[in-house]
Amino acid sequence: MVYDTHALAAPPSPASTGTPLVEVRDLSVEFVSRESTTRAVNGVSFSLAPGEVLCIIGESGSGKSVTMRALMKLHPAKHTRISGYMRVADHEVSAHSEREMRDIRGSHISMIFQEPMTSLDPVYRIGDQIAETVVHHKKCSRADGYARALELLKLVGVPSPERRLKAYPHELSGGLRQRAMIAVALSCSPTLLLADEPTTALDATVQIQVLVLLRRLQQELGMAVIFVTHDLSVAAQIADKVAVMYAGRIVEYGSVADVLQHPAHPYTQGMLASTVSGHMRGQIIEAIPGSPPDMRVRIEGCSFVPRCKSVKPACRRGTPALVDVLQGHQAACANFV
Amino acid sequence: MSVASLSDLSAAPPTEKLPPVRGYWASVGNRLRYDYLTIFFLSVIAIIVVLAILAPLIAPFDPTKSHMAYRLKPPGFRNFMLGTDELGRDMLSRLLWGGRTSLLMGIFPVLLATLVGGSLGVAAGFMGGRTNTFIMRTMDVVFAFPSVLLAVAISGTLGGGAKNGMLALTLVFIPSICRVAESATTQVRGLDFVEAARASGGSTLSIVRTHILGNVLGPVFIFASSLISVSILLGSGLSFLGLGVEPPTPDWGLMLSTLRAGIYTQPLLCALPGAAIFITSLSFNLVSDGLRQAMDVKA
Repeated sequence: MVYDTHALAAPPSPASTGTPLVEVRDLSVEFVSRESTTRAVNGVSFSLAPGEVLCIIGESGSGKSVTMRALMKLHPAKHTRISGYMRVADHEVSAHSEREMRDIRGSHISMIFQEPMTSLDPVYRIGDQIAETVVHHKKCSRADGYARALELLKLVGVPSPERRLKAYPHELSGGLRQRAMIAVALSCSPTLLLADEPTTALDATVQIQVLVLLRRLQQELGMAVIFVTHDLSVAAQIADKVAVMYAGRIVEYGSVADVLQHPAHPYTQGMLASTVSGHMRGQIIEAIPGSPPDMRVRIEGCSFVPRCKSVKPACRRGTPALVDVLQGHQAACANFV
Repeated sequence: MSVASLSDLSAAPPTEKLPPVRGYWASVGNRLRYDYLTIFFLSVIAIIVVLAILAPLIAPFDPTKSHMAYRLKPPGFRNFMLGTDELGRDMLSRLLWGGRTSLLMGIFPVLLATLVGGSLGVAAGFMGGRTNTFIMRTMDVVFAFPSVLLAVAISGTLGGGAKNGMLALTLVFIPSICRVAESATTQVRGLDFVEAARASGGSTLSIVRTHILGNVLGPVFIFASSLISVSILLGSGLSFLGLGVEPPTPDWGLMLSTLRAGIYTQPLLCALPGAAIFITSLSFNLVSDGLRQAMDVKA
């Protein structure tokens, strides 16, 4: 299957020779409860250049959202153990206290959520919610906050923005709400935008509008974006780089064209094969058998073994590391060692 | 799809006359405007409140002064428009002054209980875990007693008097308000906008103040308003049993209790304070219902 990558021809992303904006090394996240410990993320490493879009793809429970929330330290500290090194711009997130994180959240790093119905507070006007963040971080007056809110609503393409400023969330449609949410996230011109499946809850037509908008804003503002999705066509639309996650690990990483057109890891291959796209009617779509592993149990060897079509004895021996398949295209599979 | 077509996607619709954007309270007011029942009972409450406030000015007699020669006289007797009670005190004056005590008994305990129970509930709901268990199970213990019995027991233990009566009612209302606040908080706490507020740099205190309270205040306010009529009834009940207001002070419940003795000679007199209690608590109840409907934005 061939994906129409770069349908929105992106300008060549800034040379990755400079220092990356985001650096994550050996990130692990464990959720601890009385009964069990869930290892949601096991040693994830990646880096991201300024102005680049990284798509994290994976099925539910693969640890993609957890990775992203860990970057902002949004997990409840009491039940979460995070280890590894995380850096965003010149902030070493992994060493920051909650108080220091508060200054970074919303200003340097901000986030868009999946559900536009619940991610805006129903009892405040849209304008108030955007201005709140602006006033909080820029320490400016309420009036300046509102001026900025109006500017932002125009930027994200909300029709009649003066009116919407005074509207409550329930008076807006899903697409408009998601635009308003994007406006909140962009209010302090972040250098890194985290997007947690921002188009999943939207209609197909609105979905493409929001994607186009995000791509345009990302290019205009020069933000880096980490975009979590389980929709491969969304990734093809927006990503520069793609990281495929499975069972809390990155199993394949590379440019969007490499990964989606020449998938190396059996999991990525299976995922692409099971996507409905331009098939003939009646043709049987291949599915990946089985289901993702229980993250509460420690697994010896590659976690994809039970579902993999090309298992070798080496697969059961140790967790495969990410190795170069091609220049800049890596996969974690024993078949490439 | 190309970037050029973006302008079409976000182009403003043809400008036509759009209805004005209403604020929250403006839309609540607008919905109330067409709810004639609520408006009627709201004006009844307003009249009762104004009469109670103006009681010292408009009451024709001193409510505690007795005219021993004219005891238990029917309405319209001489200058006594609504008659006299068993000690020959003017019924109208006593009803007007009694309204002050009864309204106070209705509103003050609910306000205090909302403050205390509301904060406890929000704290329990937001912190969760052991704090929640501790607060809510303590409330459940209080809940286990029937409210009338509890009010009687508390004010009986503390001794009579309006102050102790109000304290007893406050203690009776705290658990139920606490429970409403807690369930509303727990519901709101898990929603995305709370995490979104944290993701845009809000501190715990500011999140509780703006996002949690903003969403919890509505249901708590509505519930508390429905308690006012209960509080008036319970307060009158306490006075009726001699556990509320001390005798010379006029109070509807107390009047009902003392006039009971004369029910066979002047049944109408006994019905007057009863009617006052009935009308006031019914009005508060129906207005609370109307407010509930008008304020429910999500409907």
